Amino acid sequence: MRHIISVLVQDHPRVLNRITGLFARRGFNLESLAVGTTHQPGLSRISLVVSGDDRTLEQVEKQLNRLIEVLKVTDHTEPHVERELCLVKVHVGGLEERLAVKDIQEAFRARVVDVAHKSLILELTGDSKKVDSFVEALRPYGILEVMRTGAVAMSRGERVLKLREKKEAV
Amino acid sequence: MKGAEALLKALEREGVEVIFGHPGGAIMPTYDALYDSPLRHILVRHEQGGVHAATGYARASGRVGVVMATSGPGALNLVTGLADAMMDSTPVVAITGNVPRALIGTDAFQEADVTGVTMPITKHNYLVQDVNDLPRIVKEAFHIASTGRPGPVLIDIPKDVQLAEFTGELDAKLDLPGYKPTLKGHPKQIERALDALEKAERPVLMVGGGAQHAHAELLAFAEKTGLPVITTLMGLGAFPGNHPLWLGMPGMHGTVAANRAIHHADVILALGLRFDDRVTGKVSRFAPHAHTIIHVDIDPAEIGKVVRTHIPIVGDSRLVLKEMLKGAKPLRLAAWWRELEEWRTRYPLRIKPKPHLQSQEVIRAFHEATGGNAIVTTGVGQHQMFAAQFFPVTRPRSFLTSGGLGTMGVGLPFAIGAQIARPGELVLDFDGDGSFQMTLQELATVVKYKLPVKVVILNNGYLGMVRQWQDLFHARRYSEVYLADSNPDFARLAEAYGLKGVRVERKEDLRRGVEAVLNADGPVVAEFKVYHEEGVFPMIPAGGAAEDMIVEDPREKEEVGA
Repeated sequence: MRHIISVLVQDHPRVLNRITGLFARRGFNLESLAVGTTHQPGLSRISLVVSGDDRTLEQVEKQLNRLIEVLKVTDHTEPHVERELCLVKVHVGGLEERLAVKDIQEAFRARVVDVAHKSLILELTGDSKKVDSFVEALRPYGILEVMRTGAVAMSRGERVLKLREKKEAV
Repeated sequence: MKGAEALLKALEREGVEVIFGHPGGAIMPTYDALYDSPLRHILVRHEQGGVHAATGYARASGRVGVVMATSGPGALNLVTGLADAMMDSTPVVAITGNVPRALIGTDAFQEADVTGVTMPITKHNYLVQDVNDLPRIVKEAFHIASTGRPGPVLIDIPKDVQLAEFTGELDAKLDLPGYKPTLKGHPKQIERALDALEKAERPVLMVGGGAQHAHAELLAFAEKTGLPVITTLMGLGAFPGNHPLWLGMPGMHGTVAANRAIHHADVILALGLRFDDRVTGKVSRFAPHAHTIIHVDIDPAEIGKVVRTHIPIVGDSRLVLKEMLKGAKPLRLAAWWRELEEWRTRYPLRIKPKPHLQSQEVIRAFHEATGGNAIVTTGVGQHQMFAAQFFPVTRPRSFLTSGGLGTMGVGLPFAIGAQIARPGELVLDFDGDGSFQMTLQELATVVKYKLPVKVVILNNGYLGMVRQWQDLFHARRYSEVYLADSNPDFARLAEAYGLKGVRVERKEDLRRGVEAVLNADGPVVAEFKVYHEEGVFPMIPAGGAAEDMIVEDPREKEEVGA
């Protein structure tokens, strides 16, 4: 099953290396990975899309938690918002094609961010399924390039990803 | 004060007394500072010997072992030892020099991405970028190495950082917001565990290396409940090997009683062990009658990793046992013990009388002569299993062997580390002719520091364990395992290094040989020429289950279903 996992990490050098290395070493299947900073200095947030059975997912979480620089791991099974940014450069030969692509753009609420003589760049955000359908819809027109960021996620409502509260003297 | 000096002062503050190491270009500023430092340095002949010695020191003392090496080749020579320490959860701090910061990433002379290389085989590692971070990093490294599930931590320090002027504070605070091991077991789970044990008819207590420090609580708990105790290879010594509750070691070369007990158990309490495949055999057939497996481990990731756990308890085995002890009651296990006793007396570890000298006899002779009163180290191979079988240790931290990684060559450096950690004790390295030759240059270290270690080489002229498998599973095609045609004369080799050499070739000289080793004042290398085609039995073939146990050499066939 596909899972989206958020990981809060200290943004030290090589922390990404530790995480991807962990996936490679333990044979976990990593579909996408997106990283960015947070509002808190020194902390980054990573979104991982992973597939596997419950046991694998349990190990993924536990092994991530073993890393010293990992502060918090959440598997988004609760209601959450999932988004992915996608840029598609599509070939447009003539006016007819341009209009057809424009129809798709409107249907998906995508934006045109670059216009050239024979191509357009469209920008879309949405969950990964929406992005998939968008790319498929554009495919007949001649896709020149696709760039997807990988999914990111955030829980709905009050729940927040923050430092583990539990403290125990060591 | 230079960074190198600050580093050594920070090490002193961690209570470090001894560093094993080998100098080189990129670590020279630190060796220069060492010249004026009260820290004791043990010069090894190869960095691998250094990291194994630090591991042996840690295992024998319960403290953090420290090893130091230069950049590139020096640091890379630590790799095997770090992986070994990682697999066996041993607290080791490795300090390596690196090329100056400005040269990092340029493929400079003796440069290697050591933090990259060691990432999967250390609990954590650091590349020091700012000299003023040194005290904090050292403090964190020791904290990480020695708490929670112990493990190796590497600190890589560029040469110019070692030379930079230190202007920071030596008093440093930990900054590890993501690291908080759970020490105390959950009270509800502990209650459930006690309840399950009380209702059990055929319970067993399985103990691993994670309970070496919990020996007092373990003894009290076992004696109070009357539970049969099984110790894994890494758990040997955590429970006295001469205790009536002890059934021996489980797994591939475990005792019949231990393996059968697990096979028939209804409740298993596993303490500080990770269900290694050498213990479980085929997991789907492991402990088929156990309706409840209670797993106590400080590392949550170990719980449920291999076998299904019904009552998980995350915590330190000693603290969990302490809590369990409060609610523990004597269990009514008379019927169960009658069965266990039957297996134990019917299938003891045996040495079949043979005309030629056998490894098992040599080990047993040393056990008798010392009363088991020694720290035993081993290499890896047949001799390792024979030592585990025939030298039951009674005290914790007294059987030092490479369990998880199975690293040949650890015997001698482990012995060096153990002898330095516990100078007054007898340290016996049971080694194989193959294993010993992987690190034999450390004899020089033994001589240099006048360490009275006794190396007992059980020379069968083969890579014996590989030969045994070829015998059983590869139609006796002995591919590249023969050593006898090119082995050195080990006694003369010892003499060349300036130690006493002993050679025993005949059965009738066994006792005299043992005495010569034990009565020698200083270090000894003794070579016992043993039967060349001995096999280790009992044996559960790889991927097999307890039911597939072969008790004796198939050439003298006896198989025992569980």
